[in-house]
Amino acid sequence: MTPATFAFDAANQERVKIWIAKFPTGRQQSAVLALLDLAQRQSGGWLPQAAMDHVAELLGMARIRVYEVATFYTMFNLKPVGRHLVQVCTTTPCWLQGSDAVLGACRAKLGIDVGETTVDGQFTLVEVECLGACVNAPVILVNDDYFEDLDADSTERLLDALGRGEGVKPGPQVARQTSAPITGANTLKGGADA
Amino acid sequence: MVNLTIDGQEIEVPSGITLLQACELAGKEIPRFCYHERLAVAGNCRMCLVEVEKSPKPVASCAWPIAEGMVVKTDSPMVKGARHGVMEFLLINHPLDCPICDQGGECDLQDQAMAYGKGMSRFEEYKRAVMEKDFGPLVKTYMTRCIHCTRCIRFLDDVAGVEELGATGRGEAMEIGTYVQRGLSSELSGNIIDLCPVGALTSKPYAFTSRPWELNRTESIDVLDAVGSSIRIDSRGAEVMRVLPRLNDDVNEEWLGDKSRFAVDGLKRQRLDVPMVRSDGRLQPCDWDVAFRAIADRVGGEQGAKIAGIAGDLADAESIHALRELLDALGSPHRDGRQDGAKLDPACRAGYLFNTGIAGIDRADACLLIGTNPRVEAPIINARLRGRWLAGGFKVGVVGAMPSPTFRVESLGAGPRTLTEIAEGRHPFAAALRDAKAPMLILGQGALVRSDGAAVLATARAIAEANGLVKEGWNGFNVLHTAAGRVGALDVGFVPGPGGRDTAGIIAGAERGEIKVLFLLGADEIDTSRLGACFVIYIGHHGDRGAHRADVILPAAAYTEKSATWVNTEGRVQRTVRAVFPPGQAREDWAILRALSAALGRALPFDSITALRSRMERVAPALARTGEIAPAPWGAFGTTGPMEDRPFASAVANYYMTDPVSRASATMARCTAELLPRPEATGIHG
Amino acid sequence: MLADRDRIFTNLYGVHDWRLAGARSRGDWDCTKELALKGRDWIVDQVKASDLRGRGGAGFPAGLKWSFMPKKSDGRPSFLVINADESEPGTCKDRDILRHDPHKLVEGALIAGVGMGANTGYIYVRGEFYREAERLDAAIAEAYQAGLIGKNACGAGFDFDLYVHRGAGAYICGEETGLLESLEGRKGQPRLKPPFPAAAGLYGCPTTVTNVETVAVVPTILRRGAAWFAAIGRPKNTGTKIFCISGHVNAPCNVEEEMGIPLKDLIERYAGGVRGGWDNLLAIIPGGSSVPLLPKSICDTVLMDFDSLREVRSGLGTAAVIVMDKSTDIVKAIARLARFYKHESCGQCTPCREGAGWMMRVMDRLVVGDAALGEIAMLEDVSRRIEGHTICALGDAAAWPIQGLIRHFRPELERRIVAHQARAAAE
Repeated sequence: MTPATFAFDAANQERVKIWIAKFPTGRQQSAVLALLDLAQRQSGGWLPQAAMDHVAELLGMARIRVYEVATFYTMFNLKPVGRHLVQVCTTTPCWLQGSDAVLGACRAKLGIDVGETTVDGQFTLVEVECLGACVNAPVILVNDDYFEDLDADSTERLLDALGRGEGVKPGPQVARQTSAPITGANTLKGGADA
Repeated sequence: MVNLTIDGQEIEVPSGITLLQACELAGKEIPRFCYHERLAVAGNCRMCLVEVEKSPKPVASCAWPIAEGMVVKTDSPMVKGARHGVMEFLLINHPLDCPICDQGGECDLQDQAMAYGKGMSRFEEYKRAVMEKDFGPLVKTYMTRCIHCTRCIRFLDDVAGVEELGATGRGEAMEIGTYVQRGLSSELSGNIIDLCPVGALTSKPYAFTSRPWELNRTESIDVLDAVGSSIRIDSRGAEVMRVLPRLNDDVNEEWLGDKSRFAVDGLKRQRLDVPMVRSDGRLQPCDWDVAFRAIADRVGGEQGAKIAGIAGDLADAESIHALRELLDALGSPHRDGRQDGAKLDPACRAGYLFNTGIAGIDRADACLLIGTNPRVEAPIINARLRGRWLAGGFKVGVVGAMPSPTFRVESLGAGPRTLTEIAEGRHPFAAALRDAKAPMLILGQGALVRSDGAAVLATARAIAEANGLVKEGWNGFNVLHTAAGRVGALDVGFVPGPGGRDTAGIIAGAERGEIKVLFLLGADEIDTSRLGACFVIYIGHHGDRGAHRADVILPAAAYTEKSATWVNTEGRVQRTVRAVFPPGQAREDWAILRALSAALGRALPFDSITALRSRMERVAPALARTGEIAPAPWGAFGTTGPMEDRPFASAVANYYMTDPVSRASATMARCTAELLPRPEATGIHG
Repeated sequence: MLADRDRIFTNLYGVHDWRLAGARSRGDWDCTKELALKGRDWIVDQVKASDLRGRGGAGFPAGLKWSFMPKKSDGRPSFLVINADESEPGTCKDRDILRHDPHKLVEGALIAGVGMGANTGYIYVRGEFYREAERLDAAIAEAYQAGLIGKNACGAGFDFDLYVHRGAGAYICGEETGLLESLEGRKGQPRLKPPFPAAAGLYGCPTTVTNVETVAVVPTILRRGAAWFAAIGRPKNTGTKIFCISGHVNAPCNVEEEMGIPLKDLIERYAGGVRGGWDNLLAIIPGGSSVPLLPKSICDTVLMDFDSLREVRSGLGTAAVIVMDKSTDIVKAIARLARFYKHESCGQCTPCREGAGWMMRVMDRLVVGDAALGEIAMLEDVSRRIEGHTICALGDAAAWPIQGLIRHFRPELERRIVAHQARAAAE
């Protein structure tokens, strides 16, 4: 399961070059978060040790420095995760708006607890801290996309659709324009493009 | 200078120091856990908080710059409250298991809790428990006790240059460790035990053996490499329990190599504690008279030309000198203190010393390493080199193999050909040396033990002379020794006399029957299988290679058991202090030789160590100045000649086993098994 | 009420085109060259004159902060670092700028770069904002393409490179020196100060770290004049501000309004009012999770700006208004924040590492009343021993919500303890 070796594929090798070029010469270590992220994406959503060691070598860092980074930031997964990483925000603003019900719906629908992965490898359920979309609470982040203004029903629908491999439009799962009030904005009513 | 007011007292302090240092100059004790004079400032423990006027919050004095007119309080209610608070936070998750903790009695947390703690707890929650880590055979972990000061991490990163420890995870789940289960590969790893302010990192071999208040402390000198680190020997009864470093800014600062610290269990194993004589092919215990008589029977009628002596790596200067006097009395010119065959030239003292001095490395700005790997030959010197490199502006070139460096080095070439290019100014590094203000070179024993060693030595001298390594106020020519006894042997002239044989000649002579009697003064690194029918007298403390070949064994004292003189690689004359008595019937080496001389009817003209010393100092005046380095004038040494095109390699293959003591050590055997071969990852970026 | 014509973020809700063409049609990148050509002193003076205070939470005067950057280089380059690590619970304003008005940020970055003498800028976007970072990247690419940034940006003779950097999940990277550590490729553990970033920041070079919103409003301020901005709001608390209204309101939303708007007006006018009516209000956290909550009595009248909220022992912070109606288990709401701070403590310094977890555990017990009455005072004392004793402000941020709870809801805590004791006695 755990690969013994890791190397960036051709597309990622190009991305690695772009990332390293963003920083002054000799400061390539700045790219460690980016390279770990690329390595994680290439490895199916988690970071095997071989990938961390490869990043350390590429950037001229001691391995332990990369391990420190990988264990410090919550977005790095140090064990395998499902195809859909379901990250339920339960911090106070989401909690006030019913994240308990959303998390409960995830548990019930997926039949797993927080920190677990479904046997089919489709879903991993985790609880996360504030995702920074509080006026659209409660919020779930699935891989790279936010699903907002959820309740138990819409959460179940979301998971069903994802499980069926259907695309779901990210953003508010109610009739609402991004962070505008659901009742419709009473500001910026003029056509600003005009 | 800057003027401050600290607790109402006006004080002038040097600019550029931190507030903590200023408070100390004012005589104020500032508690601390993470701060350490020789490590980078971390400022994380928050124990050193003090009050600074106009600052609404207490400040971490370890990291606070001083400024003119600053008014500081170290005993205000704000400061006391801060210390109480930090102390309480440190203790809530600390197990408070002092009765079963090896740090008990020498624990910063324990001491400071006495001073700043409250003696009661308001913490009603479960304490944190942390999984043990495996740091290898030397450092025992009990990470639940860890207070996350990060001293261990900073030491390994900065001083040792082996980035293997880190703090993974975050918040209260942060843990100190290697992340992957692997022993620490640094030769300086034991120092993190001293640095740990709590009982999280303790000595694994010493675990649960003693309490600090049960120990006798003896300040002495280490001899397991040629650095001569200052050590403290902690003994209980007849047993050396542990060895710790002692502060010596000129030599080891406050660090100690792992071998010097942990090989001491070897002092209790395979010891020679009774005289022995070989009869019917087997060594049989006997008393001293029998042993002496056996020698007298064999040596009595022998011509001096058929007698020889070799002094080993751990031999002290007095014993070597005593053996020389005995050989002189027996009429033998065949003696050598270079059992490894190194082509060190006794003609000029500067030609075999580390002339720059260990502390002098701090002033150098370029360095050429030849046939040496200081990391395994002298970890303390390696740490100095790394420290100098970290400070910037230090160009290092290497000729020969130097695996796993802890600082950035430029590999110039493999062997003599490159050396010749540098000597002839054809190699760019010659210009680097010439352009440097204080260039140095370090010549290792690996480059000198070769058959072309004398030519290598001469070439190194030529490089030094051609590139400004030796000039007024600066001598950048350095020989790095690996044996503590070598410089002393050369100083007392334990080299072939007129017409005498060197080590190779003695062995060849023994093999061919031309040498009939051979004295081995702790010489164990020679090929004892080639000594033919020679009668071998072994004077030493361990049942190692020399003793196995011996016909007579005279049991002697190890360095912890005698007061004797050693000269380190710099030429620094230092004396050990006896911590315990030699085991069984073993005696101090010089006394054995004196008694033997009488048994041979050639009683040597001294009957005390003091009298012996004054005779020795007449031969080698430099040895009279204990603790000092006598200046060594430059001169001619080495012999020009052809060199072989064969790569240089370090003289030390296994750091953990280099001498009879470390070879007898179970701890060093564990290190050899678990830590070698070394993992490739080190602290070098790129 | 702020008139639409005085709103800066005219595409706050993403109704319109976020790309360069759309941004230009809304007035962005208009006369940027002329603004840049007026030079760094003029720019800093204008920002000072506008009384713009940093929008990241601390409210430090922006012009003053920018003026700390060295006027002459000692050989080291200067850096602009924009903090888009928006992670303060309740706060989601920068997200809207990144995804709906990215060109305001890119243009602001150039102007700020000129104002500070920084030829390089990095925008540190929290890792979870993947799509937002993509959009910002695209906007930057457009700006390069159009010659607005890069070599001789806008033709103003100033070279300016701007890069997006992504975080990877750590609230502490919103702290400016934690952010710099992270940007340098390490754990986001805050640095000891001094030295401050303006002296030694990114790669040891002079650096200013500043919030997305702060940077994004500057071009408009320069175009419309510092006096225009300064006239909005109250003295020293000037300008417009994006407020994030979350929690128990009928219509949670982001909205740009003038500083100093009464809290009640803000909620009733834009967020549809408190669920169940204003009288159903229990408490509000007015500036993101770090600031102490306010009971309804204060909310009735308090104005939403730095100084007004400081007077009631809270703070404007990030202007993230978290509304809690009377159905709220207020102890649990704050206990959840205690869990947040324990989770986000970097672990570096003792009081925060040990204290955040301690407070969380006591708070968890207080939710059900499983504590002694004396533990309320103890908890308050523990919070005071964290506050002001740590390397960075996370320790303060962990302490304040709990202090606010104890200050305003002590009877509720006591009631739970007494009830729990009664239950225990009955069993």
